[in-house]
Amino acid sequence: MLGLGKKDLRFLLIVLLLTLAAPILLNPFAEGSAMAQFNAGYPDLMQRIAIFAIFAVGFNILFGLTGYLSFGHAAFIGIGSYAMVWMLKLLTMNILPGLILATLMGGAFALLIGYVSLRRSGIYFSILTLAFAQMSFNMAYSVLTPITGGENGLGPALGDPRILDAAAANGTIPEVNLFGLSMRATYELDLAGRVFQFNAGYYVCGLLSVLMFYLALRLFRSPFGMMLRAIKCNQHRLNYTGLHSRPYMLSAFVISGMYAGLAGGLMAAMDPLAGADRMQWQASGEVVLMVILGGVGTMLGPVLGAGFIKYCENIFSKINDHVLHDWFSIFPKWLENLLVTVVHPFVGQGWHLTLGVLFMLVVIFLPGGLIEGGQRIGRLIRRKPDAKGKAPATTPAE
Amino acid sequence: MSKLVLTRRGLLRTGAVAGAGLALPTVFTSRASAFTNEPKGGAVTLGFTVPLTGPYADEGNDELKAFQLAVKHLNGEGDGGMLSTFSSKALNGAGLLGKKVAFVSGDTQTKPDAARAAAKSMIEKDGAIMISGCSSSAVAIALQALCQEAGLINMVGLSHSNDTTGKDKKRNGFRHFFNAYMSAAALAPVLKDMYGADRSAYHLTADYSWGWTQQASMQAATEAIGWKTVANVLTPLASTDFSSYIAPVLNSGADVLILNHYGANMVNSLTQAVQFGLKDKMVNGKQFQIVVPLISELMAKGAGPNIRDIPGSSNWNWKLEDAGTKAFVQSYGKEYGAPPSQAAQTCYAQVMLYADAVARAKSFNPCAVVEALEGYKFDGLGNGPTEYRAEDHQCFKDCLVVKGKEKPDNEFDTLEIVQVTPTEKVTYAPDNKMFAGGDLGQCNPGA
Repeated sequence: MLGLGKKDLRFLLIVLLLTLAAPILLNPFAEGSAMAQFNAGYPDLMQRIAIFAIFAVGFNILFGLTGYLSFGHAAFIGIGSYAMVWMLKLLTMNILPGLILATLMGGAFALLIGYVSLRRSGIYFSILTLAFAQMSFNMAYSVLTPITGGENGLGPALGDPRILDAAAANGTIPEVNLFGLSMRATYELDLAGRVFQFNAGYYVCGLLSVLMFYLALRLFRSPFGMMLRAIKCNQHRLNYTGLHSRPYMLSAFVISGMYAGLAGGLMAAMDPLAGADRMQWQASGEVVLMVILGGVGTMLGPVLGAGFIKYCENIFSKINDHVLHDWFSIFPKWLENLLVTVVHPFVGQGWHLTLGVLFMLVVIFLPGGLIEGGQRIGRLIRRKPDAKGKAPATTPAE
Repeated sequence: MSKLVLTRRGLLRTGAVAGAGLALPTVFTSRASAFTNEPKGGAVTLGFTVPLTGPYADEGNDELKAFQLAVKHLNGEGDGGMLSTFSSKALNGAGLLGKKVAFVSGDTQTKPDAARAAAKSMIEKDGAIMISGCSSSAVAIALQALCQEAGLINMVGLSHSNDTTGKDKKRNGFRHFFNAYMSAAALAPVLKDMYGADRSAYHLTADYSWGWTQQASMQAATEAIGWKTVANVLTPLASTDFSSYIAPVLNSGADVLILNHYGANMVNSLTQAVQFGLKDKMVNGKQFQIVVPLISELMAKGAGPNIRDIPGSSNWNWKLEDAGTKAFVQSYGKEYGAPPSQAAQTCYAQVMLYADAVARAKSFNPCAVVEALEGYKFDGLGNGPTEYRAEDHQCFKDCLVVKGKEKPDNEFDTLEIVQVTPTEKVTYAPDNKMFAGGDLGQCNPGA
């Protein structure tokens, strides 16, 4: 069904189920309990995970399949976001036109940047993309301030035309919606002290990310995907067979640019304020981290990586000294203070340190990313006698 | 290809399952609230978004300290601080409406994007009922808009842009801090006395909402006393090296440099301007001067000897003599071993004002709080008699002109008060053209 094999279909269904049940699965701890700090089932974080999953899956089409490492993908996120907000300002608060334009703009800019950058490979390609992204960031931050809002960011205002919407009656900016369904609408379910939030915005992001995941899956299994893998294997040899490989590269680059544009558009749709910071090189580096952390070239790896990094960013960064003192208050005062001092650099503003340590551990001990970790655990549980010493059944595509 | 085969039994079964599925949610209790994050348990959570990294990090750290102190005082711990001097007696140190006050904090990184992410997680995850803090006007405006959309009260922290209570004002947002227009109005007469009426000014301006409005206010006020404006150069907020911006000042023919910078930005630009020898130069037969329209104790400390003799304005200073200031400085000093900055004072006052409004309205409903705060007159929070003007949610109060002290007695004694400009001198009409174009809109209690 859907042009997928039986195994892939089961895989896709599992991903769909996990996405639908995320508000419950990510909220395992009762509200008000000590562990509630680690709950991740609130709309903002779930939206972010879904959005960055789209971004990372798209990036993986370029990096995972062709091996070309782009350090400038955040530029497409920013372009998508600005396109979205301008649609919200000029056309309508319905997110659909914005999402379409964001995707197209991401693709158009990818075509432009890719056309130039893909004339080189390896480190030169990476540097070229990085240069383009920094250029876009600096322009958005300074000379293009009338279009992008610069440091203030760009958001909808009361005086915007919004030609498709009826005039706002009561002096408030209408809510961002999809055919009338507000992205903010949340159904809260109270189940014996556990509160689950089912948010419309999250389901839009989540279902779109499953759709994009499905498209990527089809692409991975297609002859076109095979051609991209061939480029990664040995581009020279491919060229010697008389095949012009650059159009394939450019297509892959544009497709991943469109994924990033869509992700940027969704980001602005969930929170209608676009800042230039999301185009900075740190943001480009983050998606590389996500893909490597999860598992380069695998289907699920980038999604796991995106979830992992966004979880760390939002949960660890919120643990302040106040919370630490609460945790360790059962110990004697001197031990409590000592423990807080030891843990302090790794939480709060120091969450980057935690992420860095985890990233190092993954790269050293699990070169295949979190996916490889999962496979190893899976093999341990199943204890297949023939698995000993052999390569795992489903290797990542290098 | 799969083929769809309909049978009577299958259809019935599917219908029954679907019906049960649709009916299921009614089995559980859905949470009904009159407004966003209505406090249900024995505690009420306030959300503090402060910059702990980025150019305004020093201010953010001091704000967080003040917030912690305010929460302590609300819960009846410590010495009560300004609760005893506050003109309203609705607060008694037993929490808020019988609930214990708790708080969560988050880092804004001095970026609107990150600030909104932090605030959203406070609203959705921690159930915060009010958001306060921030140190950059770009962040303040972004958070104010978010709180308006989500139906929360935003007690703006350190934000000095005219736009916060002008073009971008919101019904759910309130600002205690003064603004760029007031700074310029207070500063201009003093500048005329100090440096005369025949001066040419060169502006270096932080490239965002605050810098723009402060530059516009300073330009209007200084041109009104006869000064000329040579140039206005915008600098990115994230920059740390200003030498390429300062070098052209030397040959521009200007004899005053106005630094519309704040926090670490200003510390860097001022230090570099002094290193370039601007302060010792003679231009047009006059001594070259530097003006920093908005000065805080933390910046003065960061700039060290470079700040000496440089004029600017402040919202508040710990050396003021009124009872509120004394109580606050003593309470803060006992807790942290240093006098508070103006950022700390405004944030502390904002929490007290919010809590007091809740206590007077006897409700956490944002609309009731808005009603209690609009047009509210109070005293005893360190700034003398103050009013929250209903038309734009801006506090009107005395404004300080300060300058870097020539011979500091100790490390905290960095600024001296030149004059206290009375409220009437810095008051403006709500439809002043520097504040035009905004609309408070309707109060939004959320769902």
